[in-house]
Amino acid sequence: MDDIASAFSQAVSLVLAADPAILEIVGLSFRVTLSAVVVACLIGLPLGALLAVKAFPGRTAVIVAINALMGLPPVVVGLFVYLMLSNAGPFGVLQLLYTPTAMIVAQSILVTPIVAGLARQVIADLHAEYDEQLRSMGVTATGAIPTLLWDGRHALATVALAGFGRAVAEVGAVLIVGGNIDHVTRVMTTAIALETSKGNLSLALGLGIILLFMSVLVNGAVMGLRATSGRVAHV
Amino acid sequence: MSDQLTPIRLHELVYSVDGRRLIDGLSFEMRAGSRTVIMGPNGAGKSLTLRLLQGLMEPDSGSITWGEPPKHTVGRQSVSLVFQRPVLLRRTVAANLRHAVAVCGMRGPARSERVEELLAMGGLEALRRTPARVLSAGEQQRLSLVRALAGRPRVLLLDEPTANLDPASTLAIERLVNGAHEGGAKIVFVTHDRDQAARLADDVVFMQDGRAVETGAADRFFSAPSSEEARAYLDGRLFVGGDG
Amino acid sequence: MRRLALLLSFLVTVACQASATDRFIVVQSTTSTQNSGLYGYLLPKFRAKTGIEVRVVAVGTGQAIRNARNGDGDVLLVHAKAAEEEFVADGYGVMRFDLMYNDFVIVGPANDLAGVKGLKDVTKALAAIASKEAPFASRGDDSGTHKKERALWKLTGIDPTKGSGAWYRELGSGMGATLNTGIGMGAYILSDRASWISFGNRRGHRVLVEGDTRLFNQYGVILVNRERHPRVKAALGQLFIDWLLSKEGQAAIAGFKVGGRKLFFPNAK
Repeated sequence: MDDIASAFSQAVSLVLAADPAILEIVGLSFRVTLSAVVVACLIGLPLGALLAVKAFPGRTAVIVAINALMGLPPVVVGLFVYLMLSNAGPFGVLQLLYTPTAMIVAQSILVTPIVAGLARQVIADLHAEYDEQLRSMGVTATGAIPTLLWDGRHALATVALAGFGRAVAEVGAVLIVGGNIDHVTRVMTTAIALETSKGNLSLALGLGIILLFMSVLVNGAVMGLRATSGRVAHV
Repeated sequence: MSDQLTPIRLHELVYSVDGRRLIDGLSFEMRAGSRTVIMGPNGAGKSLTLRLLQGLMEPDSGSITWGEPPKHTVGRQSVSLVFQRPVLLRRTVAANLRHAVAVCGMRGPARSERVEELLAMGGLEALRRTPARVLSAGEQQRLSLVRALAGRPRVLLLDEPTANLDPASTLAIERLVNGAHEGGAKIVFVTHDRDQAARLADDVVFMQDGRAVETGAADRFFSAPSSEEARAYLDGRLFVGGDG
Repeated sequence: MRRLALLLSFLVTVACQASATDRFIVVQSTTSTQNSGLYGYLLPKFRAKTGIEVRVVAVGTGQAIRNARNGDGDVLLVHAKAAEEEFVADGYGVMRFDLMYNDFVIVGPANDLAGVKGLKDVTKALAAIASKEAPFASRGDDSGTHKKERALWKLTGIDPTKGSGAWYRELGSGMGATLNTGIGMGAYILSDRASWISFGNRRGHRVLVEGDTRLFNQYGVILVNRERHPRVKAALGQLFIDWLLSKEGQAAIAGFKVGGRKLFFPNAK
């Protein structure tokens, strides 16, 4: 219990002091994860929508695969990306290993199936509702995708937040491809792992509390956007 | 003229589901310029007929032709369909109309002009920024109807649009339909309300069991129907036919 | 649409910051070395002198060697002499140099069930632990520390894996995790001194056995072979190794103290 109490006080003092080391780590965590979520949405939202509206041979297999990939273990993704970006691997020439870009790549791979799989469900429900009307207006299935994506934006924001949550919390992928290098690739989760391995448990927990707090801020900001633009009727 | 879509001829249409013929050799013709009302008891296949007309469903056999010389296909924006329950996008009233107008291919200033015209037509200017889904049933159907008119369709199909509405809203819808008719659109209106049919119809197609049992001018139909089934219907009796 | 363009340009900027400085090298090393704080003390001195940034990837010994074999580092700095020599023999490293040593200690709970406190002979201590079947937490991860531990058991003439899962717990973890878990189990643990001194979660554990020369832990440094992986920064890496082996570097290592105590003993020839 001492550890937990001391963790809270450490968290508070770190935040109040605006400790530059902490700011750097928090900043990098957000840069990496937000970039990964953006990439995942750019790929996953249209992909999920396409799977929802267009029947093609093998669609069921693709949906099953994507749903399964939602449960990809981060450390496995990290290993895979490491092997791809390693100097001994096919993309070594890009020299991306141990950089934030590699971390973004790994987290994008992790988050895209989540966005695609959940978006597919959201869009499928919307599609069932709008299909006859849109078809009667002459809109094709694929032509309807932008309309469906925009009309489903509130549920899709939640999908993006789910992806964000998964990425900001993972340590396995960013540790392997980033190397947890001080001032270069150290993020909140790898810093927590490091302090834990040094036995500095209350500091580690304090960092965890800060991470949680930042996550709450992000979620709150998105909900705030929804409140100003949407109304009850948009459920 | 090459872009005339009337007369509309349905010839021996058949549509089955699970072996049951819901449309069973449907044939009739609709002439230019008039308001045709399709009437009949429940299960007659009236809604299905409209969907077949718009191409939302494909018949198993038979044909539909439009105009003279006969065309077999027609653009969805030339034939608009208004459903019984309106499906509106999760946006404002104006945004819904902007979407419909964009789908019709209009761009730039023409787009906003048309949206203004449609808002005025439906008496919806004050509601332009209201989310469409909080409107009353009558307002939603008015929106749905002017939306269907976005592309200036030549044929307007309506599937029992006032079935769930109060008299004031029903009146507003009927006025809009008549307005569209005066603007040159062919009207095909499905209803099971005999009084509404009497108000609106120039021609009547009476359907039962997936067939057109009787067709003809409205005043003659209402005063002296020639078929058993039509007489029963107009009297408020139920008629179950030979092949049940 | 504008928002989309902004996001995309943000992404591109992020991607382009892959390596903001060009003069840097990557050193593959171990978590125990990193956690001792040595690099935090040493590297700023090197950077001040040469302007070269040293990026340390601290992982388990096996992983560090594997990464270096893949050419994902310019310098390898670990403490597993046999594996290091094999690395050079296989052509992945240019040459191995002795750099520094520290020692291992056996830490254990205050109640010291096996009664090993103060023993000067590590084999006698291990024999006592085995015979009492007192809990022993092993790294179990083929690291330098783990190899040392296995060698010591061999010297003792005992095979502890017979008790694996019972009193001998193979955790497959790094030093920090092994200490955390082992202390939680009330077990004896073989740890390098540097990790122990800087460890923050000791509860009641303390050093019970130390000083036996067989607990000596030798560190070696190797330049990754450019002929195997052309993108290795051989020149910069060599500068780093030269500095470490020089009088200045060796003095810096000796100057690193925690709690007034020297952690590493430079012994380059």
